[in-house]
Amino acid sequence: MNHLLIVPIALPAFVAALTLLGMRRTLALGRAFSASACLALVLIALGLLWQASDGTITRYALGDWPAPFGIVLVLDRFSALMLLMTSLLALAVLVHVMVTGLDRRGWHFHPLFHFQLLGLNGAFLTGDLFNLFVFFEVLLIASYGLMLHGQGTARLQAGVQYVIINLVGSTLFLVAVGILYGVTGTLNMADLAVRVAAAPASDQGLIRAGAQLLIVVFALKAALLPLHLWLPRTYANTSAPVAALFAIMTKVGVYSIIRVTTLAFGDDAGAAAWAPASWMLPAALLTVVIGFIGLLAASRLFELAAFAIIGSTGTLLVAVALFEQSALAAAIYYLPHSTLAGALLFLTADLIARRRADLDDRLQPGPRHAGIEPLSLIFLLAAVALAGLPPLSGFVGKLLVLDAARDHAAAPWIWATILGTTFLAIIAFARAGSLLFWKSAQVETLPRTRPPDLRPLALLPASGLLALLALLTIFAGPATGYAGEAAAQLLSPQLYIETVLGGHRGGVR
Amino acid sequence: MTLEMLVASAIGLLTAAGIYLCLRGRTFPVVLGLAMLSYAINVFLFSMGRLIVDRPPIYQKGVDAYTDPLPQALVLTAIVISFGMTALVVVLALRTYLETGTDHVDGTPDERDGPA
Repeated sequence: MNHLLIVPIALPAFVAALTLLGMRRTLALGRAFSASACLALVLIALGLLWQASDGTITRYALGDWPAPFGIVLVLDRFSALMLLMTSLLALAVLVHVMVTGLDRRGWHFHPLFHFQLLGLNGAFLTGDLFNLFVFFEVLLIASYGLMLHGQGTARLQAGVQYVIINLVGSTLFLVAVGILYGVTGTLNMADLAVRVAAAPASDQGLIRAGAQLLIVVFALKAALLPLHLWLPRTYANTSAPVAALFAIMTKVGVYSIIRVTTLAFGDDAGAAAWAPASWMLPAALLTVVIGFIGLLAASRLFELAAFAIIGSTGTLLVAVALFEQSALAAAIYYLPHSTLAGALLFLTADLIARRRADLDDRLQPGPRHAGIEPLSLIFLLAAVALAGLPPLSGFVGKLLVLDAARDHAAAPWIWATILGTTFLAIIAFARAGSLLFWKSAQVETLPRTRPPDLRPLALLPASGLLALLALLTIFAGPATGYAGEAAAQLLSPQLYIETVLGGHRGGVR
Repeated sequence: MTLEMLVASAIGLLTAAGIYLCLRGRTFPVVLGLAMLSYAINVFLFSMGRLIVDRPPIYQKGVDAYTDPLPQALVLTAIVISFGMTALVVVLALRTYLETGTDHVDGTPDERDGPA
């Protein structure tokens, strides 16, 4: 049995407990453990990606229980990619947190951070629907703590709303799981796929209802249009590095939509086949529009970044909503880009806000401050990435989405929306940039408190994310190739089902 | 009245009350609403294994009537999570009330003070 598969879940759990118990008093030790664990996660994720890249699907039966009865972890190309992205993002965010000293502003940052990683990695690996619910809860509970880290009135108010909306979401998740279990009698996703395909016509209506409800819950996490209202306030009011880590939380929703729909509610699912396809495309298009219009309306830099996350996740969902191979491949290429670019914008916004003293992240002209030149350059590149302009990977991603939508019936709508919102994004970022940097030359007044100087080390995480985006652009060929293979693997789930349920007892491959 | 009818209407009533309370503007009714919703869901999950009275929850060869033990395990997990979460919401709501002086979920004072 390949025990490497359990490490992305077990390692954060151990590190979280260790940093909670032993290293509360000595921050340096906790930081060392936390950072080395993150680095180890990157290496493990690279190993798993290499393992999955030749198309093998690996399963890990927990406790050696055979598949439909015990819980299984499953690794395929898509989940390996998500693991790698999570670990890279976590490393960048953690370095930023340590350099800026956010973890000094309250207890338990590092344990919460690792519990969050535990939930994320678990959600990407699990092959069981109820286990997915549990990992969602783990990552949500950790995110409540992280979101409130550092405290403050605005953060508490936003936190109450965030917790309540997610509790209602969890309730809906349980209803969906209950319906699907009541009809099919299984919670294993591969087994579910087999049983949904074999369900009698009288059960198909209920299965469809369960599927729709499940997708609605995932859409809430992904901030799809009518369910996006919680996101701007939450992200804009938490600390910026935490918001940068949360850039992957919307993608957990997207991942779950793709995984569950392609596996269990695909072509064979009768009445439940492609259940969300009918309503997801219009909702996703409206999400893109609202997200990028929100960019124009933002009065704070963090709000700008939050709406940029809504818009770029919406673009991603447009590609997903087509439920077709080339569009799915485009989505899988655009997904890492969208996550890394969103996180990059939040980290940059944090660096800028720290230099502007009492102006903080408000979009108002302020006096020139230390390090304005490198910061304006990074902001420009982050804006280029999020708007989807050449030369960065957002351009390639949007081009792939547009190309994949060419033969679709709604192609004019998709093209008009994506191109129009790109234009809106350019205007909004240009406005923000000129307010923050250009007009600073006209402001004479000195700030009341002198902001700290910019240490070169503080630029490291943001530059690292930029370098990753550049790599994603330079190696767009291999990356799109991998994305295409991952999409093909998702759309022909027979191998997945055979691997999970197959005759091999106890996960021996 | 059958057992199914009784359980189904209880779930419906709890859910309706839960949704109504969740839509209220103050944190205390919302917390109660979340609690009601989680009770409804617990009973719902439990009944998804079908309502079978007075049978062991373990399958044995030769036994033809047994209850499904899995929903009971699911309910146990759901109870633990929702219990912990309710406690968290209560603490959060209290902290927000102490910091802002209002128990409105939007954190704005009463309506008569005008929209914030």
